[in-house]
Amino acid sequence: MAKQTQQGAAVLQGTLDMLILRTLLYGPAHGHQIGKHIQRTTNDFLQMQHGSLYPALHRLERRGWVVSKWETAPDRNREFKYYRLTEKGRKQLLVEESQWKQMAEAVARVMWPAAEES
Amino acid sequence: MKPTASLRSFLTGLFHPAQVAGEVEDELRSHIAHRADDLERAGLSRAQAERRARIELGSRERYREECSEVAGVNFFRTFFADIRFSLRLLRKSPGFTIAALVTLTLAIGANAIVFSVLNALVLRPVNVPDGRHVYQVEQKDHVPSQSYPDYVDLRDRNTAFDALAAYEIDKAGLDADGRPAATWFYDVSANYFDVLRVQPYLGRFFHAADEHGVNSMPYVVLSFAYWQSHFNGDREVVGRAVRVNGNAYTILGVAPEGFRGTELFFSPDFWAPVVNTESKYFLTGRAVRGLWLVGHLGPGVTLARATADLNAIAAYLSKTYPKEDGGIGFLLTKPGLVGDMLGGPVKAFATALMLLSALILLAACANLGSLFAARAADRSREVALRLALGSSRGRILRQLLTEAVLVSLGGAGAGIAGALALLRLLNAWQPVPDIPMNVPAYADARTYMVALGLALVSGLLFGMVPVRQVMKANSYQGIKAGAAGTAAMRRFTLRDALLTLQIALCAVLVTSSLVAVRGMMRSLHSNFGFDPRNAMQVNTDLSMSGYKGDQIPVMQRRMLDAIQGIPGVTAAGFADRIPLNIGWSDTWVYRDSTTDYKPANRVTDAMEYKASPGYFEAAGTTMRAGRGFTWDDKKGAPMTAVVNQEFARVVFGSEQNAIGRWFKIWGGTRVQVVGICENGKYVTLSEDPQPAMFLSILQSASDDTWFIVRSNHGPEELGPALERTLNGLNTGLPFVVSTWKRELGLALFAARAASLALGVLGSLGAMLAVTGIFGMAAYAVSKRTRELAIRAALGAQRAEILRVALGRAAKLLAIGSAAGLILGILASRVLAFIVYQATPRDPLVLAGVVLAMALLGVVATWIPAQRALFLDPLVLLREE
Repeated sequence: MAKQTQQGAAVLQGTLDMLILRTLLYGPAHGHQIGKHIQRTTNDFLQMQHGSLYPALHRLERRGWVVSKWETAPDRNREFKYYRLTEKGRKQLLVEESQWKQMAEAVARVMWPAAEES
Repeated sequence: MKPTASLRSFLTGLFHPAQVAGEVEDELRSHIAHRADDLERAGLSRAQAERRARIELGSRERYREECSEVAGVNFFRTFFADIRFSLRLLRKSPGFTIAALVTLTLAIGANAIVFSVLNALVLRPVNVPDGRHVYQVEQKDHVPSQSYPDYVDLRDRNTAFDALAAYEIDKAGLDADGRPAATWFYDVSANYFDVLRVQPYLGRFFHAADEHGVNSMPYVVLSFAYWQSHFNGDREVVGRAVRVNGNAYTILGVAPEGFRGTELFFSPDFWAPVVNTESKYFLTGRAVRGLWLVGHLGPGVTLARATADLNAIAAYLSKTYPKEDGGIGFLLTKPGLVGDMLGGPVKAFATALMLLSALILLAACANLGSLFAARAADRSREVALRLALGSSRGRILRQLLTEAVLVSLGGAGAGIAGALALLRLLNAWQPVPDIPMNVPAYADARTYMVALGLALVSGLLFGMVPVRQVMKANSYQGIKAGAAGTAAMRRFTLRDALLTLQIALCAVLVTSSLVAVRGMMRSLHSNFGFDPRNAMQVNTDLSMSGYKGDQIPVMQRRMLDAIQGIPGVTAAGFADRIPLNIGWSDTWVYRDSTTDYKPANRVTDAMEYKASPGYFEAAGTTMRAGRGFTWDDKKGAPMTAVVNQEFARVVFGSEQNAIGRWFKIWGGTRVQVVGICENGKYVTLSEDPQPAMFLSILQSASDDTWFIVRSNHGPEELGPALERTLNGLNTGLPFVVSTWKRELGLALFAARAASLALGVLGSLGAMLAVTGIFGMAAYAVSKRTRELAIRAALGAQRAEILRVALGRAAKLLAIGSAAGLILGILASRVLAFIVYQATPRDPLVLAGVVLAMALLGVVATWIPAQRALFLDPLVLLREE
């Protein structure tokens, strides 16, 4: 289990897929890049074991939302498995995004009712 | 991913798991390398960087598992891995594996056999197309026999059946090559094969359209088995001329292999039309009831509607023919067991056996459950280690269950193989010599399904026993100290309950098999009303070699004279039937004063036999008063009868005043009582005394007779002498010589089968109980070795040690035996229907059960007791 630090939180159950899809919107990336991107973008707020990316990536691939290919990275001579968003994945991202938005708004309405009134 | 692609990846995963795992491994490795590069750039040493990267990644093993789970092949992969692992473990402990396999083989094999019998006798419908809707018409008092005229009325007037066929079992001499052979066959109505919807294997069948009155159909249809055994499967047999009892017949065709009529126990040699029967009175006498009727109920016709329809015809028959059919009524039953006459006891017994064998399987599961629990306890360290390494409890349980199911499937396979072999024996077994009768129990798809189902259920059942143990396992404790739990010894646990149940079950079986065996022994030595010892019998049917009318009594007298001339023969006589053999005949008896012979006016229904002079001496039947028959009781003289005590009591009030009195039999014939003989058994061994009368065979001849020969020479001498003598009279005469004891096989068949079945199940149950008690006692002793050793060191007496070590086992044994004994006594009531004089109220049986259970207890606890008694406290205390 990942240790919780004071300034961090574990990635919410079910949101990892969305985060990965959103990251891949910038272009193909391998697992390490995806993990680094998510962590850097959230200023290391979201804690995760990088290993957990891989089962998620395989799941997305099985569903046809991403495709993968082994390629040599341009900046070093190592092979990496690059993941690329598919058309289906793009649509799925929209769906998950809007679901997440609704969810967040709903939570916000409960938590800060005053803000809603004004 | 496209469906085909995803299927391909699934298959790759399934058959090349290494490839998938390798790819994931590569990916994870490249991740670590990349991360380490980054960290190295941030200033760490390569080694430090790689270590950090690995820590950050988390449990590599877990992610690899999750990835292959995503690929959907994990289930199968772990399944195969579990199987491989389980097999390896089972091979490593052969004692355990063999014990478990043997237990299951016996238990599942017994279930497969009993189920096949139940299936054959009760569940499976008769073997004709749409057999589920075939019903038989019985009289309302559950007698299946109907007369031919009544059959014709029922056939033509009913709206319930699609069509109605009639049949009866008969025997005849079938002569295909100049020498008649004794055969058993079905006399059937012309529409028989069409009604049962059977198609010929060879040639053709006869049909209703072929019938043009009496003697219009001299045809036979051979059964497949008889065609094979007596005609060597010759396809040219169709159209060949044969003689049946000397009359010319033509072979029309051969019935298909599986078809043997609708009676389960009987397999005929051939079929012939009833309109060609030799006994023409059979076709015209409305009160001559000998035919059994079957047919398919019409589509959508309910049982209630069909019965109502038949009883409307019954009302018509009763009104139109009050003399013969007054008060007649009909019922519908499933065919197969002599109508449904044997249905009650057969069904009750088969169901009871099924229940018992299911209980035995349950007992076996209880035993195996204990074994598996003990094994899981032994493996607690391994389980703890696996838990610590990150295996989930679910995975461990799955492996345990896989192991249990593997064992049970192995047991089921061996059990079925054994069952098949035994069923073949059972099928081939002919309980009655000379009659084509057998128990048609064979395994079919349903048997396999049941065995497989039982195997899976029992595997899961005993595999579940150690589940709680695993769920509670604490990996830290397990690794540190090994097994240390002794707390379980205090409470009355599930295992104790199972063991008690098992002992009770065993006691039930022991009780009922002892009851059955005692009943058998008593019935073998009881008074049959005749003495089968030192008596031989010859069954001949003169009509089989063409004797007719007045020739018959003349020939019979010649045969009797010749037999009496054999050296050593002390008495000889003959009769048309003998008691306790297949078939019987009964007649309505009226008072001498009765003039209206309607059914309601009869005094009783008496067994009817026709006997010759000398019969009673030969049969060993004691005369209570009066005389037996003489050669003067012949045609033209007044009809005479010898009646039994019960007959005299029922018809005349007492034995004393019966001699010389008259009574009337059906049709108004007056008969005078000349002698009174002792009561006997006539149809079954378990029947109550019933009235019987013997008429003089000289006054009403019969072609089919049994000669009874009593001799002071043994059967091995008398048998060949009889054959020589009879062959000297007429070479073409078919006859069968056997001892009377052997002929009693039929009467004893049910009792023997019951005793055998109970005996086998009883010993199975006893074996399981012994191993169960042994397991428990041995476990108790080994768990408490240290305590026992301390007690011994402190000076405990042997009796005290034994009490401590085995008190619990003894208590369970006592409770279980008592419960089982009571249940067994209750269950014996069912047995009383089948086994003559089966009663548990017999001091010998009760003592036998108690003794057997005690013996069982001693056997089972002997070794653990020895271990407990001869513990060396010094050695033990030093060791621990």
